[in-house]
Amino acid sequence: MRVEELLEHGFEALSLPDGGREIDGVYIGDLLSWVMGRAQMDNAWITIMNNVNVIAVATLADTSCVILAEDVEMPEELVETAREKGVNVLRSSQPIFETAVKLAGLIA
Amino acid sequence: MSDPLVFHFDVDGENFTSAGQASTQVKKNLRQLGLSPDIIRRVSIAMYEGEINMVIHADGGTADVMVTEEYVEIVLKDHGPGIPNVEQAMQEGFSTATDSIRSLGFGAGMGLPNMKRYTDSMKIDTVVGVGTTITMRVNL
Ligand SMILES: Nc1ncnc2c1ncn2[C@@H]1O[C@H](COP(=O)(O)OP(=O)(O)OP(=O)(O)O)[C@@H](O)[C@H]1O
Ligand SMILES: [Mg+2]
Repeated sequence: MRVEELLEHGFEALSLPDGGREIDGVYIGDLLSWVMGRAQMDNAWITIMNNVNVIAVATLADTSCVILAEDVEMPEELVETAREKGVNVLRSSQPIFETAVKLAGLIA
Repeated sequence: MSDPLVFHFDVDGENFTSAGQASTQVKKNLRQLGLSPDIIRRVSIAMYEGEINMVIHADGGTADVMVTEEYVEIVLKDHGPGIPNVEQAMQEGFSTATDSIRSLGFGAGMGLPNMKRYTDSMKIDTVVGVGTTITMRVNL
């Protein structure tokens, strides 16, 4: 499934410079070095971390999108940075588990 | 055989909200060179972890990346406190990061293990009170 298709399923787009990107699997985590080491290329990454380092990790680990769970806010200047760096950032109003379950159904 | 390509970066120790700039730039450069996505990703991850470590633990340093026909070499050099016990530092989960750094998502103690995992060779030269130089290679 493509990242932009998530918008039809209750996910909100904060930054969507590369919406056509395919999602392949999901990784969940807030500790950046865990995500760096364990996430796979093209995973959707679910987190509640919302600082600028998240954008660097998403760029370098090459995840297909960042999904902020629990309606976590991202400051506007970070959203701007994400757009510039070509990083997709979406938001879910649900907790991490429910967000993951929903994604699992969608990408199955 | 063509000359190796080299890139040099100064890594600012003050500003770790913008840390990762050198790694991000290297990723771009390697893409332009047409290296495979897997190689680019491995270099990016290893270099980012080393770059962040210099910012968090050593007040910055320099990064030099060399691309030859056989490998990509990353040399990270700092004049920080050095690593007293390298074997311990290499263990997953070992970290001396402060609470304020942990609140940013760092401090899992996974950076050095990731660097080892994603490269074909890694050498740590460190002297307490003098600094640390880490040399990593990813074979092409
Ligand atoms: N360049 C360095 N100079 C001095 N000490 C270092 C340096 N790099 C690593 N260390 C020491 O080694 C420890 C382990 O490093 P490692 O990168 O594995 O974990 P971390 O940086 O603490 O957390 P993480 O990388 O998971 O965010 C650090 O906590 C620090 O004590
Ligand atoms: Mg580290």
